[in-house]
Amino acid sequence: MRKLGQDWLGIVLAGLSSAALFVALGMVFLYAPREATMGDVQRIFYFHVASAWVGFFAFFVTFAAGIGYLARGERRWDILALSSVEIGLTFITMTVVTGSLWARPAWGTYWTWEPRLTISAVQLLIYIAYGMLRAAIESPERKARFAAVYGIVAFVTVPLSWFAIRWWRTIHPDILTSGEGMAMTSRMVHTLLTSLAAFTLLYATLLRQRTRLERAADALAWLRLRAENEKGV
Amino acid sequence: MPIYLAAAYAVFWALTFVLVFSIWLRQQKLEQEISDLAARLERSDKNTG
Repeated sequence: MRKLGQDWLGIVLAGLSSAALFVALGMVFLYAPREATMGDVQRIFYFHVASAWVGFFAFFVTFAAGIGYLARGERRWDILALSSVEIGLTFITMTVVTGSLWARPAWGTYWTWEPRLTISAVQLLIYIAYGMLRAAIESPERKARFAAVYGIVAFVTVPLSWFAIRWWRTIHPDILTSGEGMAMTSRMVHTLLTSLAAFTLLYATLLRQRTRLERAADALAWLRLRAENEKGV
Repeated sequence: MPIYLAAAYAVFWALTFVLVFSIWLRQQKLEQEISDLAARLERSDKNTG
């Protein structure tokens, strides 16, 4: 069987991100201290914040790739935007679910319709609709153009989500910029930074594999078309 | 370990696994299609050549 080719950078990235994730996990459970008010459940915080970071960053990449596609009209920007949305959706789902699991012992409820959580839910639906939009359009050029515009407009949910806890009254703590909710010790900061780095590496690994997959699908479609035209197979 | 903490980390691993597995599955399907197409082209070459 013909293989897609050995991707050494992909292999290195996968190794690095796996190692970084295990180091981050070790720090979460063995290095970071037990938080005084919330206890062990606060350890959700490290992967919750890191997955939110990757989700936001992935949607930013889709936003930038959308601008790139509209400016250049090259398929590679569309591939980057589509691949990043898929990864962003996975990580924002992670953020919402881990946040709910943290909220239950911290607030006494899994979910409440306060600004940050509501915007997160809307954001999830908006990016799910990105996939539905692509599926609904047949022409590849129109699909890419519409998706680029949609990805640029949808990005407004990221700053909205970030500022929601600063602009409106909300029960969601603003730990990162105001320290509200809990006091971060230096060990907690190290653990958070390691988690952020590990998740960023994981994002890079997944993005590389996902874009390769899309390029290979394009190559196959082109090959099939050529075979049908030339050989009638 | 509190149940909510265990559940949150289980969710992280489960979703990461689902994404990696779905990419791997699509890659396998693609390789299979490339292999089928190569075989069809080879047969066609033999018939015409």
